[in-house]
Amino acid sequence: MSNLLILVPFFSVILLSLIFRVKMKGAAFILGAALSVLQVYLAIFYSNAVWNNSPFLFSNFLKLNLVVDNLSRVMLLSIGIVSFVTVFAARYIIRDEGERFNFINLLLIILAGLNGIVLVRDIFSLYVFMEVVAVVSFILIAFNKDIRAFEGAYKYIVLSTVATVLMLTSIALLVLIAGSTEFSAVSQAIKNSPHGMFVMSAAGLFICGLFIKAGIIPFHGWLPDVYSEAPPPASILLAGIATKTVGIYTLIRLVSSVFCFDSRINYVLMFVGVVSIVVAALASLGQNDFKRMLAYSSISQVGYIVLGLGCGTPLGLAGCVFHLFNHSIFKSLLFVNAAAVEFKTGSRDMNKISGLASGMPITATTSVLAGLSAAGIPPLSGFWSKLIIIIALWGAGFYGYAVIAALASILTLAYILSMQRRVFFSKLPEGGQDIKEVGFTLALPALILGAITVGVGILFPFILNTFLSSFAFP
Amino acid sequence: MDANALNIFWPFGLVIMMLFSIGIYCILATYNLIRALIGIELLIKAVTLLIIVVGYINGRTALTQGLVITLIVVEVVIIAVAMGVVLGIHSKNNSLDSRNIRNLKG
Amino acid sequence: MEINLIILAVLVCSALWTVMARSLLRSGIALAFTSAVLSIIIFRLNSPLAAVFELSVCAGLISVLFVSTISLTTPLTHKEVLKHMKARLSRFWYLPLILAAAAILLSRIKIDLNLNLPAAETENDARYCLWHLRQVDLMGQIIILLAGAFAVVILFREARKNGR
Repeated sequence: MSNLLILVPFFSVILLSLIFRVKMKGAAFILGAALSVLQVYLAIFYSNAVWNNSPFLFSNFLKLNLVVDNLSRVMLLSIGIVSFVTVFAARYIIRDEGERFNFINLLLIILAGLNGIVLVRDIFSLYVFMEVVAVVSFILIAFNKDIRAFEGAYKYIVLSTVATVLMLTSIALLVLIAGSTEFSAVSQAIKNSPHGMFVMSAAGLFICGLFIKAGIIPFHGWLPDVYSEAPPPASILLAGIATKTVGIYTLIRLVSSVFCFDSRINYVLMFVGVVSIVVAALASLGQNDFKRMLAYSSISQVGYIVLGLGCGTPLGLAGCVFHLFNHSIFKSLLFVNAAAVEFKTGSRDMNKISGLASGMPITATTSVLAGLSAAGIPPLSGFWSKLIIIIALWGAGFYGYAVIAALASILTLAYILSMQRRVFFSKLPEGGQDIKEVGFTLALPALILGAITVGVGILFPFILNTFLSSFAFP
Repeated sequence: MDANALNIFWPFGLVIMMLFSIGIYCILATYNLIRALIGIELLIKAVTLLIIVVGYINGRTALTQGLVITLIVVEVVIIAVAMGVVLGIHSKNNSLDSRNIRNLKG
Repeated sequence: MEINLIILAVLVCSALWTVMARSLLRSGIALAFTSAVLSIIIFRLNSPLAAVFELSVCAGLISVLFVSTISLTTPLTHKEVLKHMKARLSRFWYLPLILAAAAILLSRIKIDLNLNLPAAETENDARYCLWHLRQVDLMGQIIILLAGAFAVVILFREARKNGR
């Protein structure tokens, strides 16, 4: 049944292109929204057993070897939510109907790719689906065809391909010792291999490639350009889920079930995570471009996720997955707000836009919620995931990292508050009174995401077990 | 497999490393957008050779051939998209010099 | 074995030619030649199917892509090319030296790699492997080709419109 998660988006793209291309381009919007809602519903309410059961012709005809577990379901849920939001944002922001039709088709292809990444259990198939997502991301970044977007896309293409080459080298070395590309066989071969150095260099190459794809600090060159120059709906999708699935989910999956938490890898992960958190937060303080600031903030939050992963304990992993989920919610909310501000004022420069709170109350309120969740203020969801990560670090004996992670929250709060003060709660400039709230189609996703942030924060005790049991711990 | 197979690997490994460094040199040393893509092509060639050699050594040519065929298809699509982007830059900037696009700060 | 060594030497030489060629067009053609040599090596390593793909797709299709893009864009004049070459040589003159030194050094060292290799596979047909065991890769290929089709629709059409 999990096959459908790839097949349905794929066939709906073909259906749209063949049948609805000429007339009824609006069908793309309805189909996209329906598919993402369906994915959210199924991810929440269907158990793993139902997912992994393969009915009728699938078992004989199409053997894709896909597996759903709790971690996959968390990711499927986030993918569904963010793509739902992106469909609505695209409807509001992209005015030309033909362009919107193409955009939603690309969204459906990337949906199939992301679902594929989440479901496969084979290092080479992982690479194939990562490339699907990468190719669609290139197109989405260059979608508006202005020169800066092209430049960002070019930079991303070069770096992403170098990352791919690193990963393929690692895959080749792992195939040499394992003779197979399946996760279980590779992890078995790594355990039995007498050549620690060889295995470690292969793992290091793969993780290096993933760092480039995720844009973690030493390899972050492409990320701010891409996030800020991509068209607004595309940057919601990329920042919210695409790079997180490609870089971070894959990292979590590989470290937990293929490389089995080797202590050397864990030290590297924690060090890189802390450096990302601090450096990106400092860089974020100095930005004047709204979306560029959010991009640096994204790198900093990803640092927390990597830090929790490097901790290596079940609690740290739970915090890491929980923060991944929260991050995809509040970061896409912030990018929705950025899209609304850019659409209404036509500028992203925080020195030029000010005092929007009176004109755009919904955008201002939801962005406060998202910002405080990112900074880790109590009843909101971001607080709990950061708390779990810090507790896990303290419990595992990494006191220094725990203290740095806690203190870095203050930096987060600083740049978030400075952004809020400059964009929303400052004095209204002359002639700025005519800026009105965005329409329903963009306000609705912002409200839904804000509600999720608050709801998950308040209902946290009931949700924690889902994240704790995300792993069959090796 | 015996040690003999790994002795065969050695000249191939050397060539693969040289191809890697040539490709990286090509990406670093040029200002031309298309030439950087040629460097990427060389890197992918090196990886293709590595996968095939691995299959030859541990006797799984069936598996590695499957992998290489998929890799080649993916490579074509990526190069095609990159060409689209390069043509886009050229039509706006009228140059292929990457120094003209360094107005993006890292 | 000697034949393999000769072909490998040719491969490295043609890769160097690809990088060092003055005009982009020659670079593209050299890349196609590199691909062709690589496909001979792949064929000699018991992988005929992959060799066919490498020859037809990489040496054929990709060079067509490169050559057409190069001819669509304005080429540099001879003087500019010379200037670029000089600038490049002055910036990176040490890289070929490092490469040569590394090659000499590495060919001297023989690391004794005694890996535990897995037992040889029983199934030895690449077609069976691709169609029966790796269907998910095929699915991925089809999806990525679809994405490529959209790329052509979106990027190339607009590039042509602006070029007019």
